Amino acid sequence: MTSLVIAEHDNTSIKGATLNTVTAAAQCGGDVHVLVAGANAAAAAAAAAQIAGVTKVLHIDDAGLAHGLAENVTAQILAIASNYSHLVFPATASGKNVAPRVAAKLDVGQVSDITKVISADTFERPIYAGNAIATVQSLDATKVLTVRTTGFDPAAATGGSAAVEVLAAVGASAAVSFMGSEIAKNDRPELTAAKIIVSGGRALGSSEKFMEVMTPLADKLGAAMGASRAAVDAGYAPNDWQVGQTGKIVAPQLYVACGISGAIQHLAGMKDSKVIVAINKDPEAPIFSVADYGLEADLFVAVPELASVV
Amino acid sequence: MKVLVAVKRVVDYNVKVRVKSDNTGVNIANVKMSMNPFDEIAIEEAVRLKEKGVVTEVIAVSCGVTQCTDTLRTAMAIGADRGILVETTEELQPLAVAKLLKALVDKEQPGLVILGKQAIDDDCNQTGQMLAALADLPQATFASKVEVVDGKARITREVDGGSEFLAFSLPVIITTDLRLNEPRYVTLPNIMKAKKKPLDIVKPEDLGVNVSPRIKTLRVVEPPQRSAGIKVPDVATLVAKLKNEAKVL
Repeated sequence: MTSLVIAEHDNTSIKGATLNTVTAAAQCGGDVHVLVAGANAAAAAAAAAQIAGVTKVLHIDDAGLAHGLAENVTAQILAIASNYSHLVFPATASGKNVAPRVAAKLDVGQVSDITKVISADTFERPIYAGNAIATVQSLDATKVLTVRTTGFDPAAATGGSAAVEVLAAVGASAAVSFMGSEIAKNDRPELTAAKIIVSGGRALGSSEKFMEVMTPLADKLGAAMGASRAAVDAGYAPNDWQVGQTGKIVAPQLYVACGISGAIQHLAGMKDSKVIVAINKDPEAPIFSVADYGLEADLFVAVPELASVV
Repeated sequence: MKVLVAVKRVVDYNVKVRVKSDNTGVNIANVKMSMNPFDEIAIEEAVRLKEKGVVTEVIAVSCGVTQCTDTLRTAMAIGADRGILVETTEELQPLAVAKLLKALVDKEQPGLVILGKQAIDDDCNQTGQMLAALADLPQATFASKVEVVDGKARITREVDGGSEFLAFSLPVIITTDLRLNEPRYVTLPNIMKAKKKPLDIVKPEDLGVNVSPRIKTLRVVEPPQRSAGIKVPDVATLVAKLKNEAKVL
């Protein structure tokens, strides 16, 4: 029994979500191999070989794999899938994109967003925005899983010394072409890996106010910035800041919710945070029902004050 | 060009579901059911493409129990031209739905298939990608912008960290993200009109698809409850608590 973890990487380094996925794969039992499919991705493959607990890294390099297109990555995985009992992906935008395509090609059902490994074929996963936890058993021979990273500790990024095996690429799809991307560059930690997150809601009122009020606090705390769906829908914050059922699932040490009422779908994305602080002027806001520390106050006064004293 | 849109009947997003006392599932008897919100966005996008003259016919498909006809009528009130119900009382998992949709894609030969990126009940986020795999078509998941020009689809996708721009040959399978559009409200005259639109009913057997579940649910439980903490009177107390009690600062 051997698991294959499909690495999340940017061709030069391994993304944090890969480390949590390795932990989940190890819990399924047997060896853990990691696939790095990319373009000029030798550095990422070398980094994967350092991950504690990984026994082999498969490195496939091809221009068609530069942007992780699902059609092309799937073809690479299918070429080696028969060697593995488990194909394990992080439940990130790219993992969610590729995993079901692989599962369907293998004619197996996929178990999405696992938060616990009970045994090699049985897993826990949240359903209904986390309002229920299902224990499910995969009846197929090959298990295709996506891993909710907040459910598993990250494996150590160093200490391993896996062999790197280079495999030949299979052809790229002609039906899709990559035209470009717009990836925000900032010095903040990644939302899903941050120790502290400050998150803003619709109460901020405009994108200018959102940035003016929230940024100083994030800067002082070295925090990542998040937002509620309402704030993103209103255009106050970028799409990829959305925390919730259909956005990012986060579990930092400290989550500071400012002007967020606490809709079910938002709570689904952050209620596993270690400590939750809510700042809201509405005493009835549902966010207070999950907050460890609630401050009933006008965020336009309280947030700058908080930024000035931490 | 036809566009096929898949719509799922789910527990309304405002309902907080309760786990059944025997832990076999959640209680959905007598709760409000609605169209999955992402699927509403999918129908809206298809109807807008028709209004722009890009597509000629919008076909809504739903798989499940008889009451899914209500969901199809809603889709037709938004503007779909006709509906197809694949009727079954079996539990349908994403792979099975993808196989049913694949059979309908073979039959209808649409240029575009649009689905919601995930259903808010099982939160799987699988069906669109699986359909693309089975039909051997490219996939444009988590779309926040769709343009069809000169027989190509130009899609903006939401990815971690920002957006990605891809061009696809047709046919292509698209799954919708939240920001693709804001679905219109259905009006009474359109609800009345929808009642007269054609709705076909087929069975999985008619499509030659075996829908047996591949994943068995062993038990369903309530998540650990997080209890409310305390209210603090001011920022100074909050900071003191975070430093000394919670030790996170």
